[in-house]
Amino acid sequence: MGAPQFIFLLWGLGWTLGLSVMAFALGIFSGLAVALARTSEWRPLARLAAGYIAVFQGTPLLMQLFVVYYGLALAGLALEAWQAVAIGFALYASAFLGEIWRGSIEAVPRGQTDAARALGLHYFPLMKDVILPQALRISLPATVGFLVQLLKGTSLAAIVGFTELTRAGSIIANQIFEPLLVFGIVGGLYFAMCWPLSLFSGRLERRLAVSSR
Amino acid sequence: MSYAFDFTPVIRGFPDLLRGCAGTLGLAAGGMAIAVAIGVCGVVLRRSRAALLRWPVIGFVELIRNTPFLVQIYFIFFALPFAGVRLNPTLTALIALGINGGAYAIEIIRGGVESIHKGQVDAGLALGLRRIQVFWLVVLIPALRAVYPSLTSQFILLTLTTSVASAISAYELTSVAGIIESNSFRSFEVYGTVTLLYLAMSSLMMMLFRQVSTRWLAYPTK
Repeated sequence: MGAPQFIFLLWGLGWTLGLSVMAFALGIFSGLAVALARTSEWRPLARLAAGYIAVFQGTPLLMQLFVVYYGLALAGLALEAWQAVAIGFALYASAFLGEIWRGSIEAVPRGQTDAARALGLHYFPLMKDVILPQALRISLPATVGFLVQLLKGTSLAAIVGFTELTRAGSIIANQIFEPLLVFGIVGGLYFAMCWPLSLFSGRLERRLAVSSR
Repeated sequence: MSYAFDFTPVIRGFPDLLRGCAGTLGLAAGGMAIAVAIGVCGVVLRRSRAALLRWPVIGFVELIRNTPFLVQIYFIFFALPFAGVRLNPTLTALIALGINGGAYAIEIIRGGVESIHKGQVDAGLALGLRRIQVFWLVVLIPALRAVYPSLTSQFILLTLTTSVASAISAYELTSVAGIIESNSFRSFEVYGTVTLLYLAMSSLMMMLFRQVSTRWLAYPTK
């Protein structure tokens, strides 16, 4: 494998990172909305959010990508491939982050809500100043863990036909007939991105376990 | 919106889709069986006193859990013929699923084994059980029972992961859907229906596992 091939792989790596960052950034906002809806005291909204989460957790990410990809086209939106794929991953992220943050919001002791209410705080200041800052700390290990899942998940964009790291690997492997070498390198690149995040997530988890003792 | 939905290819292909579901469930069940076997062996090695046995298992778990399944299945797909083993895509996918699930199973089962109190082992030995009996009856079975919920959610995750095996055209639901789609160009209808089929499968599995748990695995509360 020569330098041009390796540069092509790095170009794919750039797209993998770009897709992950886009999906995560969009997923943070929509995931927060999902989590707040899921923990809402208004039952129909909570049910709706629960259904949304259940659909994304109960179907393969690949199918979600296909449905979003073709569905957006049917809805008359002329999007480029990367935009459609990024929206697909963002929706996936919103459901999973929503569920993670629901758990963290519910893990904040009930007395905090009661005390804030007794002080006369309304919903938004209650969430923004009391519940969410504490929930964020609790959710950090799982959120970083999900980032690893998202990074690995972007490889499925390759099946939809988008040239990120894995598809760049397939193209090079077909070109130089050395699939083991190429996929070994591709796997190594993913590992180099995901492993530090996994270690970081584990460290956060241990630190949280110590501090909550 | 001027698009007219046409579900005739989906309806005509429905028997094929159901056979695809069977393929998916078969792959997932086979993969899970391999995964649990790898999990149990992995935990035994992982808890060994010899670093030479412990470290390869740790490395295996980290490697599998930090790389995408798609890359793993491509690697295995090309590595097997290189090692002189010729298998059809479906069997290759089965092995890849088993290896992938195995890494997660090791971590899950390890958690269960570590939750068994050391006093239990001492008690078993004091009763005159042989080491292998202690491992099987006192450690492994209660450990598996303790991690049953995590193992079954891993099983459902593995079932959803089988759709990635369509990349090497293994026989499962997503591949079948891909064939119907490329013959009819009704992409949204086909993949929408298939998504619902996956949802039905995972929901049924969840209900079934919960039933098994409450009926046979729950410890009496009184």
